Amino acid sequence: MADPGTAPGIGSFTPHNGGPDVGKASYARVPGRDVVDTVLGFARTLRHAGVGASPDRVSAMLSALGHLDVLDPAAVYWAGRLTLCAGPDDLDRYDVAFLAWFSGQRARIPRTAAQPEVRLAASAPLDAGTGEGDDDGDAPDLAAQASADEVLRHRDVAGLTDAERAHLRQLFALLVPASPMRPARRRRPAVHGAIHPGRTVRRALRDGGEVSRLLHRRARPRPRRVVLLIDVSGSMTPYADALLRFAHAAVRARPVSTEVFTIGTRLTRVTRELRLRDPDRALAAGGQAIPDWSGGTRLGEVLKAFLDRWGQRGTARGAVVVVCSDGWERGGTDLLAAQMARLRRLAHAVVWVNPHKGRSGYEPLTGGMQAALPSVDHFVAGHSMAAFEELSGVISRA
Amino acid sequence: MSEPTVPGSPGELAAALDATGYLPDEGLATAAYLALVMHRPLFLEGEAGVGKTALAQALAQLTGRPIYRLQCYEGLEASQALYDWDFGRQLLHLRAAEAAHAADDPARLEASLYDRRFLLARPLLQALEDSPSVLLIDEVDRADDEFEAFLLEVLSDFTISIPELGTVRARTPPLVVLTSNRTREVHDALKRRCLYHWLAHPDFDREVAILRRRLPEVTEQLAHQVARATATLRTLDLLKPPGVAESMDWATALHTLGARELDPDLAARTLGAVLKYREDTERVRSLRPEALFGG
Repeated sequence: MADPGTAPGIGSFTPHNGGPDVGKASYARVPGRDVVDTVLGFARTLRHAGVGASPDRVSAMLSALGHLDVLDPAAVYWAGRLTLCAGPDDLDRYDVAFLAWFSGQRARIPRTAAQPEVRLAASAPLDAGTGEGDDDGDAPDLAAQASADEVLRHRDVAGLTDAERAHLRQLFALLVPASPMRPARRRRPAVHGAIHPGRTVRRALRDGGEVSRLLHRRARPRPRRVVLLIDVSGSMTPYADALLRFAHAAVRARPVSTEVFTIGTRLTRVTRELRLRDPDRALAAGGQAIPDWSGGTRLGEVLKAFLDRWGQRGTARGAVVVVCSDGWERGGTDLLAAQMARLRRLAHAVVWVNPHKGRSGYEPLTGGMQAALPSVDHFVAGHSMAAFEELSGVISRA
Repeated sequence: MSEPTVPGSPGELAAALDATGYLPDEGLATAAYLALVMHRPLFLEGEAGVGKTALAQALAQLTGRPIYRLQCYEGLEASQALYDWDFGRQLLHLRAAEAAHAADDPARLEASLYDRRFLLARPLLQALEDSPSVLLIDEVDRADDEFEAFLLEVLSDFTISIPELGTVRARTPPLVVLTSNRTREVHDALKRRCLYHWLAHPDFDREVAILRRRLPEVTEQLAHQVARATATLRTLDLLKPPGVAESMDWATALHTLGARELDPDLAARTLGAVLKYREDTERVRSLRPEALFGG
């Protein structure tokens, strides 16, 4: 068994499915490299490719190598893959990085690491001033400020000035969406409810075997999962910032039971990014993760991708699923109708948020809306702060 | 208990697994080997029916260790995973002691209540007490996150402390296999302590080999055809693509009907063994059968 500290070098590896010729060529180029250094360098490459190879994982890889043949490329490939990767999303990136590092080929870095320039349209740093557009130089008295807030709350976010937008962001910080609850299997001690045999008998044992009092337990309500699917296509651009802020508030309120995905031409999970406490940083991180910002819409296909990869496995099961979109679908609407029906069978409730619904005289005439509405439980507006507060109420009662 | 054989390399382990009727690929054999020698839990993720649970059973069989299975579900509590006191028997014991006028020494009586015989060991404690063993924690994604945190504690040092009795420590850490269908993202802290392996559907040759090994009574031609048809079904973008478990069910069903080879009519009648959604069945029925089952 080879010792990772003294092996001459492991610069000759190709992934298990790569050809052996590449390996020989690169062996000549990087001889005598120490195994530990090689692994550390590889871990750096991997982190650059977007796989979070933490130090303890790297040390696990080294100890795994201690049990395997370090000169066998396949063994090194598997030792790294088993210890450094944390999910199926990591596997492709791992393969690319492995090939890049051990065969000296130029890596095509997967998309998430390769596009730092993509930024959320409205997530530029805010200036510290608040609501200065509302008052004309004079310090506003509280009542006037309050009524300005009230007006702002009902304004359509698409038509706001930058200053009003900035003020609205502060209102968003105050929004704490309540989460819907469901009965859970876990029980807790309670005054009423079913008898709790364990506690009752433990108490009796303390009292010398005399059952003096019956103790009870009842189901503890747990937050129901909320899944937000936010359309970030071109037609939703004026509302996407507000919707993502709403999503951020929801994630902050219930980090474990809330999932957020963006939909457009593809599906992106942004829950992790939105868990950052600061809304602007969270949105910037989310913006970087979204590759199809302001692109087209393929609602039916993306919804199908969501249901295949997440929804049917459990993310949508028994959850309140909120789709935020104007229902503008490019392709045919049959797929969308079928996927919405499928979603409804899985979810506890389906809420559709359409910003245009807030406008007077709106009729859900777009093909996508027509196709989706039969499978929607609650159809609400999402164009203003007041509408978001209402939405939060709808979600918690769903 | 002495270990019958500890394989010396992933290749040897693969051969040993092969002998128990489980055919692993290289990655899985390496994963299982490392889990065995590094004493690190093995975290298996993959579609339903690709053989995650079967691997744990095969590992138990080849190492000759007992297997303890903890099926996770929502609301699973420590008292169902670790241990629980048998309150009923404790109470009976107390009454019996009273009746026999043995209750003179309360301290001794109390001590006798918290005896090992009144302790109901649940899978985690059983696996530690009966070491070396194989501990299968099935569908960990179904348990809630409080349980995950608790599991983390047990899996990091393989000890369980029972306040009334003392600490139970495994002499040899059990071989832990965690499986997940990915209905929920399991916390990173738990995954970090494990070897992570994504189990994919087997390729055509391996699937044929698995069918032939597990179902020796099925003709070779039928096994080939079932494997090919299942592989085609997996490319059709179905709601639930069939796993190895389904293709074995299908081959068994066909064999039970006396088939020696797959024909479109027979396939249509037995489709319920592979496809579990009405939409999928309709979709496949609407295709030209030759596309799927011909040749």
